[in-house]
Amino acid sequence: MPLTQLFAHLAFILLLPPLMLGIIVKTKAAFAGRVGAPLFQPYHDIVKLMRKGVVLSRTTTWVFVAGPIICLVTALMAGLMVPLGYQRAPIAFAGDLVFFAYLFGLGRFFTVLAAMDTGSAFEGMGATREATFSCLAEPALFLGLLVLAKRSASLSLSSMLGGPLAGTWQGAPAALVLVVVSLFIVLLAENCRIPIDDPNTHLELTMIHEVMVLDHSGPLFGMISYGAAIKLCVLGAVVVRTAIPFGTGSGLGDWALFAAGMAALAVAVGVVESVMARLQLKHVPSLLVAACLLSGFGIILLVR
Amino acid sequence: MNEILALAAVAIAASSGLAAAVCWRHPQAGDRVFVGSLLLASICGLAAAARAIFNVGVGGWSRPWGVPGGALAVEVDALSGMFLLSIFVVAPLSAIYGASYWSARDNPSTAPRLRAFYGLIVAGMALLVVARNSILFLLGWEVMALSAFLTITTEEHLPAVRETGYVYLVATRVGTFFVFATFAVLRAETGSFSLSCSTLDASTPRATAIFLLGLAGFGLKAGLMPLHVWLPGAHAHAPSHVSALMSGVLIKMGIYGLMRVCSFFTNIPAWWGEIVLLLGMVSAVLGVAFAIGQHDLKRLLAYHSVENIGIIVIGFGVALLGRAMGQAELVALGLAGALLHVWNHGLFKALLFLSAGSVIHATKARELEGFGGLFRKMPWTTVAFLVGAVAICGLPPLNGFVSELFVYLGMLRAGSMSLGMLGVSAALGVPVLALVGGLAAACFVKVIGIVFLGSPRGIHGRDAHESPRAMLGPMTILAALCALIGAVPELVAPVLRNATSAWLGTQSAPSLSTLAPLRAVSWTNLLLIVAVFACGAVTLRGSWITNAVRGPTWDCGYSLPSSRMQYTASSFAERIVGIFSFALRPRTRAPDITGPFPLTASFESRVPDPVLDLWILPASRWSARVAASFRWIQRGSIHLYLFYIVGTLLLMLLIWR
Repeated sequence: MPLTQLFAHLAFILLLPPLMLGIIVKTKAAFAGRVGAPLFQPYHDIVKLMRKGVVLSRTTTWVFVAGPIICLVTALMAGLMVPLGYQRAPIAFAGDLVFFAYLFGLGRFFTVLAAMDTGSAFEGMGATREATFSCLAEPALFLGLLVLAKRSASLSLSSMLGGPLAGTWQGAPAALVLVVVSLFIVLLAENCRIPIDDPNTHLELTMIHEVMVLDHSGPLFGMISYGAAIKLCVLGAVVVRTAIPFGTGSGLGDWALFAAGMAALAVAVGVVESVMARLQLKHVPSLLVAACLLSGFGIILLVR
Repeated sequence: MNEILALAAVAIAASSGLAAAVCWRHPQAGDRVFVGSLLLASICGLAAAARAIFNVGVGGWSRPWGVPGGALAVEVDALSGMFLLSIFVVAPLSAIYGASYWSARDNPSTAPRLRAFYGLIVAGMALLVVARNSILFLLGWEVMALSAFLTITTEEHLPAVRETGYVYLVATRVGTFFVFATFAVLRAETGSFSLSCSTLDASTPRATAIFLLGLAGFGLKAGLMPLHVWLPGAHAHAPSHVSALMSGVLIKMGIYGLMRVCSFFTNIPAWWGEIVLLLGMVSAVLGVAFAIGQHDLKRLLAYHSVENIGIIVIGFGVALLGRAMGQAELVALGLAGALLHVWNHGLFKALLFLSAGSVIHATKARELEGFGGLFRKMPWTTVAFLVGAVAICGLPPLNGFVSELFVYLGMLRAGSMSLGMLGVSAALGVPVLALVGGLAAACFVKVIGIVFLGSPRGIHGRDAHESPRAMLGPMTILAALCALIGAVPELVAPVLRNATSAWLGTQSAPSLSTLAPLRAVSWTNLLLIVAVFACGAVTLRGSWITNAVRGPTWDCGYSLPSSRMQYTASSFAERIVGIFSFALRPRTRAPDITGPFPLTASFESRVPDPVLDLWILPASRWSARVAASFRWIQRGSIHLYLFYIVGTLLLMLLIWR
């Protein structure tokens, strides 16, 4: 892989994720008729958190500190496996999609453990919700990737998303639409967006992700926020590359198209957050099972 | 040479308990002699296994034997070697641990007996994996199964242990019946009791009978889902190092038997693979779902054995399907996943049972709800349990991920090749395995969160202490092996290939390095570890972590948090148990809260085993009632029984002459 492409990849995955959050917030503000926070506010927030001090609960152990670290590292590693801007990812091998999905599993394992480490009822509540819903989100992610693998006859994200997939919009458009919708639901669930979870709610009793990190403060919370932004960007890249599998032919044009796709995705998330209410917690599993079923139909369409 | 080494290992292991009993005056010396002789057996066994898995000196050894139909036929091929290696890694480590955990000094009345039968279990297992004669196999099988009964009932003064032992005994007798029947039909098909054939026709009715009987008999020992009834109780009530041995290697003997029996046939039909795959999926999903509902630490781990046997069987199902469709790469990936998971599960489940044993040793309790905050008192045990938990959840960078990756790759390949509906049915295992991974993570987060993290709930472990080095040492070795296989999976690739070739019999398996991205996984795992430690080092060197303010848990501003306000194991599991309530049938007793000032109330929920409670126990009660009407035959007089035997034999001789 040429060095410039590697730098472009790293720069994108390191610098741009908070911007997606900014776009989502702006979209929601536009729907509500407000001006909204500046587009770059998430950067300021993360920098501010990094400068603050830390309060640690006396109950906690090193697991509490390990949670944010592993969460951030796994999100970054996953970022190295997903192809951005119509080129191969820096880490690509047959079967990397399993590694990709399990990296999020590892990050979640330690985030949830860090929540349990505080011994708080609220964080236990968030932990059990996160553990339960992610169990159902993972099969949906794998089913979606299975459809893409079947269509492209490849087991690496870098060769699955892109080239071979481009013909699918002519060959099997229905299957691809189903997969894109399914992956979009997974993206919303994994990144704690409405209708699964509301990142801005005020009542801890109704939260999932935010309530797990109540005790994290300062740089530790900054790492969590940054890691969450990267996760949104990484899963977003999978959705964008599935929905727009064709390139323009020129390197710069590819990057522009990809960036436009990511911005459009952020707007789409913002629109969903504006027009929908959060689901009752007991209805979340049905939505995730629906995401599995959509991809299941996709497989049936491909083998019929 | 291999065979002699293996037989020497069997003989030394079998006599290790007797050797220890010689020093009955000095309990500690007895423990040392036992561990020493088991280590000696392991050196022989490991030498045989290592030579076999690298295809050195594979031949076979046979001597006549006076038993009708029997022959002392022994062979250590790469497939036997895989299982032999697993036995002789886990058994000595658990024995070293056991010398402190259940030392003869503290338990003078039970320890000698426990040692003797522990050695016999090891000997029985080693014998059956190298036996090439049905009768010799059954000898090993029975020695293993009955010795296991006598170790499970070590604490026979407790009613629950006796009850569990009885369930195990009945289950293993039924299993042995099916294994006998399998070999009887095999004898009818091949005309001999030999277990070294690879050219049988799988399309005959007898072949179908052999497969189904073998699946029932070996599935019972392995603990496949509807046949798992004996497993949770037996693992929970046995001493922890015996649980480690049983869960780590003993139940794999069922897997070995199933693999060996299937290797006799050439043209395996696709439905064999489909059935095995389906059973594996059911075991994996329901095993982990039941595990989440458990409140007993060791019972919970036992249900995870059902789950992991399910994963192994899914891999084997993919291999059988691949064989039916003539796809060598599916066979290679599926069988490599299954065999490596046999090793891996042996390592991390033994690690988990030994860590759980340390907790039980220190607190004298197994009930999850009473623990909390044990991290501060037992830091090394916590780390060991954490390593085992990450490994069993199949998360990178440890060994569980590698074996699950093989199975995933097999299924994904089956899905992405154009193999029609058969390929798709194999690929349906992909979301199932993903679901199992997620559920396992939820379950182990629950255990670690409730037992080791948070603040003490004040019921168990007030005076808990870290385990002695003799117990931590074996745990460290197991954890290191988990990390080694995870970091350098290329080490095991040639071994797995040889074992697959041995299973296939005639043709040789394709190289795994070309099928699975082992080197890339290795580098990515190393990058992950380096990145986590680098990020950790940067974080911990920052001034803000040293200047951190210590305070109580935030708890949304509540100023007097108490440990009773923490989430409990039941409340953590409640949501997932609810999703699976169609199969789990949880029993809850919730209070009726009325009025603004309710009185003291209590809530209780538990997940019993529906197969045992709803099917088998009522069926047994019914059969006991029916059998009661034949009680007049039983007079309790030995002369009468001798008469029955003579009469039956004469009758059979008259009929079949």
